[in-house]
Amino acid sequence: MLGTGLIKGMAETARNFVGSFLEEDRLTTVEYPEERIPAKEAARSFPFLVFDGDDAEKGLRCVACQICEKECPPQCIFILKDTAKKPDFVGKMQFQPKVFDIDVSVCMSCQICVEVCPFEAIKMDVDFELSRFDRFEGLLIHKDELSKPNSYFRKIHPTDAAAVDANLAAEKAKAEAKAVADAAAKAKAASAAAAGLAAPAKPAAAAPPPPPTPADPILKSASSSTAGPGLAETGSGKTHAPAHGS
Amino acid sequence: MSSSNLQLEAPLDPAFKVERRTATGRGDLLEVSMGPQHPSTHGVFRMDVVLDGERVTKLKPVFGYLHRNHEKIAENTTYLGSMPYTDRLDYFCSLTNNWAYALTVEKLAGLQPPERAEYIRVITAEFTRLQNHVCLIGFLLQDMGASGTPLMYAFREREAILDLFESLTGARMMCNYMRFGGCRVDLPSGWLDQASKVVDRFPRFLDEFDRLISGNEILAARTQGVGVLPRELAVSASVTGPVLRASGVNYDIRKVDKYGIYDRFSFRVPLGDHGDVYDRYMVRVLEMHESLAILKSALRDIPPGPIMDPKAKLRSFKPKAGEAYGRIESAKGELGFYVISDGSANPYRYRVRPPSLINLTVLEDMCVGHTVADAVIILGSIDIVLGEVDR
Repeated sequence: MLGTGLIKGMAETARNFVGSFLEEDRLTTVEYPEERIPAKEAARSFPFLVFDGDDAEKGLRCVACQICEKECPPQCIFILKDTAKKPDFVGKMQFQPKVFDIDVSVCMSCQICVEVCPFEAIKMDVDFELSRFDRFEGLLIHKDELSKPNSYFRKIHPTDAAAVDANLAAEKAKAEAKAVADAAAKAKAASAAAAGLAAPAKPAAAAPPPPPTPADPILKSASSSTAGPGLAETGSGKTHAPAHGS
Repeated sequence: MSSSNLQLEAPLDPAFKVERRTATGRGDLLEVSMGPQHPSTHGVFRMDVVLDGERVTKLKPVFGYLHRNHEKIAENTTYLGSMPYTDRLDYFCSLTNNWAYALTVEKLAGLQPPERAEYIRVITAEFTRLQNHVCLIGFLLQDMGASGTPLMYAFREREAILDLFESLTGARMMCNYMRFGGCRVDLPSGWLDQASKVVDRFPRFLDEFDRLISGNEILAARTQGVGVLPRELAVSASVTGPVLRASGVNYDIRKVDKYGIYDRFSFRVPLGDHGDVYDRYMVRVLEMHESLAILKSALRDIPPGPIMDPKAKLRSFKPKAGEAYGRIESAKGELGFYVISDGSANPYRYRVRPPSLINLTVLEDMCVGHTVADAVIILGSIDIVLGEVDR
């Protein structure tokens, strides 16, 4: 009979209408600003820089290697190297960014900066309310605003942060063990030399700081590159191999 | 412009009526520029239609309003760098775009994704197909004037799939998930159960949708016999995907090429008989049933293991000189990438074969003789996404 299909369709809409009062899972939307669906753990919106401890300047993991700047597909990252160095989490002297800007209007949240960063220094935020009042300067997010503590990272991406923390702790332990072993070897060599030949051996106490670990080619090249004033030469990351991660 | 204007003019000769039908441009034809802001053109697409009364006598598709220089940008960035740009081609199906590009570069560089990555790719691609077809039939019915209801029901189901994508890849639409030689991250814990739940619930929606609209008399009247695409024309215009299969040509790249691990799944290829809008609609509905069958067996059989080829590397990736063409059956048809490498970090040449654009070339043949309202649903039934047409 003509019209049966129509009536059946109407019955279906009626069923949905009534069902939305009875079944919770038929309601898929929430009243947004008041009510929010919690962000998924893997969610990503915009990058931020991780720092350890309380001081954003001192604890910043970024060493201004400029790999993310180079790999960023829409080229929205701008980094200026500082001339001064500061110790990183294993105590090695590293460069730091003087300027680290990301243009929020250009960034496409692709996460490639996070993937290529060998220092676990840049991660993705889950905050999606990124609108600004100023459409020129305001859309350029600066270093102080980008820096967020590691505790925040642990809060938004617990699984990822646990893996990163374990990774860094292992690296630190390795570096410390190596430093201890180096110092012991030096002391042993010095004492052996002193006992054997009584030659003017280098005193063990004045042993230089341990050399960078060979497992970290980037740390090595970054720390050994010349401390040029202001801008570092571009393309220095060309021969870098990823230090950790797959 | 209706013919009433003409009757005010000088006396008609008896032969005029016939001549008017043959569209020789006697002044009573009206040229309408439909789009690029017209909501029914699915984006910024323009149709220059020449109307005789309400009938379309000529139709010229005009596109390029969304041209973003994708191919040239890809030639000036690294291989990895254009992966997130492929998301933005067909923005409904970012995961299949990723797959097509990854497949091509893997061919070029000789990488082989591990078993688990292949399964993840099939699962995500079939989910992508589901949500694309769901959206499409929603939009198609919206174009026909079924305001809101079918589209909202469709979007409700799509939401469940987008949630899965978000918990896996971090983004709902711009997934940027596949990498050369595997996938970016492994499935989070509990994802497979969640996915199985969505797959189990989905037939309920399909049945509901069938009851809601498939038997509807108005739908049948509007779509049956409208926009017929003959078999021969479809083949000679190299139309692919559901549009081709609705015309009765058995051509599905999942069956023909068996890329990835599609040879392990048993599924049927739905074919249409008449090649009209109704067949294109029904082919997609039936394809969703087949996708569910693939998903069920893939979710059951997925093995544990690594998700990346150990030879693959993220940075300073330089495949050896050569060329490769990779193609997959995306939700809209044959999506192909053609990449030439000269051994450097950037592709020497990069070309996309977008199914939407090539399916669009037969639009005029399908529309001539039908009304403007029919032209709208014929366009809707081709399933174009302007991100892919214009690139």
